[in-house]
Amino acid sequence: MTQQNRLTSGGRIDRSKPLTFTYNGKQYKGYQGDTLASAMLANGINVVGRSFKYSRPRGIVGCGAEEPNAVLQLGATEATQVPNVRATQQELFNGLVSASTNGWPSVETDLMSVMGKVGGSMMPPGFYYKTFMFPQSLWDTYETIIRKAAGLGRSPLENDPDSYENINQHCDVLIVGAGPAGLAAALTAARGGARVIIADEQNEFGGSLLNGKETLDGKPASEWINAVVEELSTYEDVLLLPRSTVNGYHDHNFVTIHQRCTDHLADIAPVNQVRQRMHRVRAKWVVLATGAHERPLVYGNNDVPGCMVSSAVSAYINRYSVVPGNELVVMTTNDYGYQAALDWADAGRKVVAIVDTREAATGDRTEAARKRGLNIISGSAVIEVQGSKRVSSVSVAAISASGSKVIGSVTKLKADTVASSGGWSPVIHLSCHTGSRPVWNDEIVGFLPGQTVQKQLTAGGINGQYETAVALKEGFDAGQKALAEVGLAAAEVVLPKAETQKLAAPMSLFHIPHLKPTSQAPKQFVDYQTDVTAAGIELACREGFESIEHVKRYTAMGFGTDQGKLGNINGMAVAAKALNKSIPETGTTIFRPNYTPITFGAIAGRNCGELFDPKRYTAMHKWHVEHGAKFEDVGQWKRPWYFPKTGESMQQALNRECLAVRNAVGILDASTLGKIDIQGKDAREFLGRVYTNAWAKLGVGKCRYGLMCGEDGMVFDDGVTACLGENHFVMTTTTGGAARVYEWLEIYHQTEWPELEVYFNTVTDHWSTATITGPNSRKLLAELTDADVSNENFSYMDWKQITVAGVPARVFRISFTGELSFEINVQANYGMHVWEKLHEAGAKYGLTPYGTETMHILRAEKGFIIAGQDTDGSVHPYDLGMGWCVSNQKPFSYIGKRGMNRVDCTRDNRKQLVGLKTKDPKQVIPEGAQAVLDPKAPIPMPMEGHVTSSYWSENLGHSIAMGFIKGGLDKMGETVYYPLANGTVIEAEICSPIFFDPKGERQNV
Amino acid sequence: MFHIYCPHCAEYREEEEFHAKGQAHIPRPLDPEACSDKEWGEYLFFRKNPRGLHHELWVHAAGCRKFFNMTRDTQTYEIKEVYKIGEQPSVVAE
Repeated sequence: MTQQNRLTSGGRIDRSKPLTFTYNGKQYKGYQGDTLASAMLANGINVVGRSFKYSRPRGIVGCGAEEPNAVLQLGATEATQVPNVRATQQELFNGLVSASTNGWPSVETDLMSVMGKVGGSMMPPGFYYKTFMFPQSLWDTYETIIRKAAGLGRSPLENDPDSYENINQHCDVLIVGAGPAGLAAALTAARGGARVIIADEQNEFGGSLLNGKETLDGKPASEWINAVVEELSTYEDVLLLPRSTVNGYHDHNFVTIHQRCTDHLADIAPVNQVRQRMHRVRAKWVVLATGAHERPLVYGNNDVPGCMVSSAVSAYINRYSVVPGNELVVMTTNDYGYQAALDWADAGRKVVAIVDTREAATGDRTEAARKRGLNIISGSAVIEVQGSKRVSSVSVAAISASGSKVIGSVTKLKADTVASSGGWSPVIHLSCHTGSRPVWNDEIVGFLPGQTVQKQLTAGGINGQYETAVALKEGFDAGQKALAEVGLAAAEVVLPKAETQKLAAPMSLFHIPHLKPTSQAPKQFVDYQTDVTAAGIELACREGFESIEHVKRYTAMGFGTDQGKLGNINGMAVAAKALNKSIPETGTTIFRPNYTPITFGAIAGRNCGELFDPKRYTAMHKWHVEHGAKFEDVGQWKRPWYFPKTGESMQQALNRECLAVRNAVGILDASTLGKIDIQGKDAREFLGRVYTNAWAKLGVGKCRYGLMCGEDGMVFDDGVTACLGENHFVMTTTTGGAARVYEWLEIYHQTEWPELEVYFNTVTDHWSTATITGPNSRKLLAELTDADVSNENFSYMDWKQITVAGVPARVFRISFTGELSFEINVQANYGMHVWEKLHEAGAKYGLTPYGTETMHILRAEKGFIIAGQDTDGSVHPYDLGMGWCVSNQKPFSYIGKRGMNRVDCTRDNRKQLVGLKTKDPKQVIPEGAQAVLDPKAPIPMPMEGHVTSSYWSENLGHSIAMGFIKGGLDKMGETVYYPLANGTVIEAEICSPIFFDPKGERQNV
Repeated sequence: MFHIYCPHCAEYREEEEFHAKGQAHIPRPLDPEACSDKEWGEYLFFRKNPRGLHHELWVHAAGCRKFFNMTRDTQTYEIKEVYKIGEQPSVVAE
């Protein structure tokens, strides 16, 4: 294929490095230095996609981040698919594979466009809502089809093979944009000795200077750019970030930069390189030198391929050496539009006409065009173009001085390209991100950055200053201001001399009138990407949408991946006219992060896969893995769930483990329970204030179970606390609640009772805990210690400092199974040693490892609660039947006391925790099942409570369950029903939750 | 993301190290038993939600674990001052 639109010389491309790329299955050639878009234009590719709603053919309009149409799917393999890449920002590399995202069966022949053509007038804003509203039951069906018809790109179905990273940065000055203003600011700040980061979304620095033929100091601008970049590279504290889009400006000068490190090299990043990097910058000062985007004008059929923004036409010619057509018509409201015609003529192709909407223009560029003999048609506009996949001709007519109506006859001109310029829109997006509202300026016909609380400066195009000389000066000033603000001396910089052009005033015109009213004229597109037309916006206003925010949501204007960079202001102007208001009265929508779409990979960085969330392992984890444990996640901990033997089902394993504990001895890794070391002379007093029960008399060497409530009186954690010394305790918490309890203690100590002398330290990881439980546990412990562990010397709820397996150990005689139990705590490094010694000695006693599920079953057989499973923040101790754990004798009004005495907490018929015994002993009620008194009651049935814990008990030979029933503690022996989703009903009898050894004799032996 | 000066560490740190703990200066009644249900309910549940200056309790959770107070503008997200527990704010709403 030939590159028919490529010039033979000039531009910033490297003709010695030809590249091959694929678009929609066909191979094309381009050069190093091309963007995908410039290479497509060089090859004469007109249609790059089909529009979102009407499936109209669309071509390239712009040359950068503002491009609405050339949004392509990239990727040579399934795993490397990237959706919605702007071809104007994707550098070409050899072997690049691209495809259009809309269009079925292809963009060239699209069947959906029949709907757009025939049904165009039948698809106004709100079309889908209005049409598919009824019957409502069919919406799900409609939606599936609509979504399919409307999609943009698609995500890959395989894992991304590339890696990404986040990096934190700090600097004195962050400069956004490396055009003339940004470079001048960076040079100034760098010379002054500031820590500088300068980021630009393009592959090379220079901004607008790269797109034109401007000179600085009489030499090509690139010489100045190169000198500045070279000097900046010599400073140690200056970071230059090309290919880096500043996507978000957040509070307190926190700025996120999306750097594309290897996207320009290949489909997959080279070995050992990250594909993209997110810089998270905290800048003392930010200089926004983001420039401006040129606005296209809104006219009939302005979406036909060949209709472009005039500055983009210049950029393609000057930077990429591509003339995107043969016969050009320019339409402009200002002097800048002429530049495209001048560049086009320089490239040796035909300028058909320059249509200036102003009556008379006298600026330097106009004069230059006149001198060149170009055909200037004043006081006129291109009211529509003809053509489908490419512009074939344009209709030009004189318009009134205000631009509100066509006043002359229509002349048709043959042309294949229309370059339009409605003036510039400062790129104020970042300045809006922190909530600053932009301000309309009549002189520049655009929005300027509004007041901000950020430490932010602006320079150049973003201030509506589009002349290079002014941009340089403003950049210099911003650099000096930043230096002064961070306490550095002013720097010496001599700015280069830029060409100056005399400018005539621009005309404030956005929407070109047509002979017919907007609603009947050919479609005049405002937002290309979401297919919003001027007629659609007018209709929205007629239908009563007055707020621009509502118009936006109703029409979908600005909702595309381009955030309406080209269309929003035109849309506001159309709405303002329809509402008979000025643009500032109509108001503006607010730009939000991100400026351009950003990949999930860059956001996630390394925080994915294995590194997504920390995993916590106990010292015995390796043993568990080797012994076939199945694990469950408890918080971040990996806890053994159960230990199946070969061929065992889960239930079979649980049955075996449960029987072993009750009949021999079991062993549980309880290391994950939260442990908080509490010391100080007021430690005991403090415990009394945070627990509901009494602690005043707990002696050294003793343990006690405690319930912890919130100020509302509701249980939120529980656990055993041991008295290690008169002023020294160790508290255990639930595995998942450890961090919360620790913070709870700290907040009360630091904010309410700082006068108490007490200190807390989290020691969960310091200890490994092996719990041995069952009738044989004492015999087993005795084998590994010389200490006297008899019931007489070491009784229930005692703890002892003894030596176990040669290692110092704190052994607590407490029980969560109801069996004789010892919890052996050793320094974590000894955990595995003791665990293995226990197994060596325990084999003859039938020592059986068990996991959390068996632990749950055994405690439920005893009616012990699990905070967080049997409590949900709405139950107090009396609801749980645990009034025995609440002291009314304590002098201090401990946390929860006042709360649980509120009227609502003492009323009758509260939901109370009871045991549940199914009528059919084999049936296990699903946890969460709702209780009703009459299963035949009409739906919705009055609900009496729900099941919180439910298991098969092999020890008892029947199912057991705990759950809440309204007034349940007074309803022992009564029957409740659990209707299930599958239509069956389980009948159960309310009973005591203590199913096994109700007198608690087994743990005391 | 906020840039927060911890008055205990005497350094600026990233917001990721901190947790917000709600409105500041809500002392626990010294004699809870003397509170009516209404008073207790107000202590427990009722909080301000101002547009503008707000005094908040924060904790340097992934740092020194100390609590402190912050006066923050909920509209602009400016942090006006931070001060230790037991101190009173110098910046207050008019």
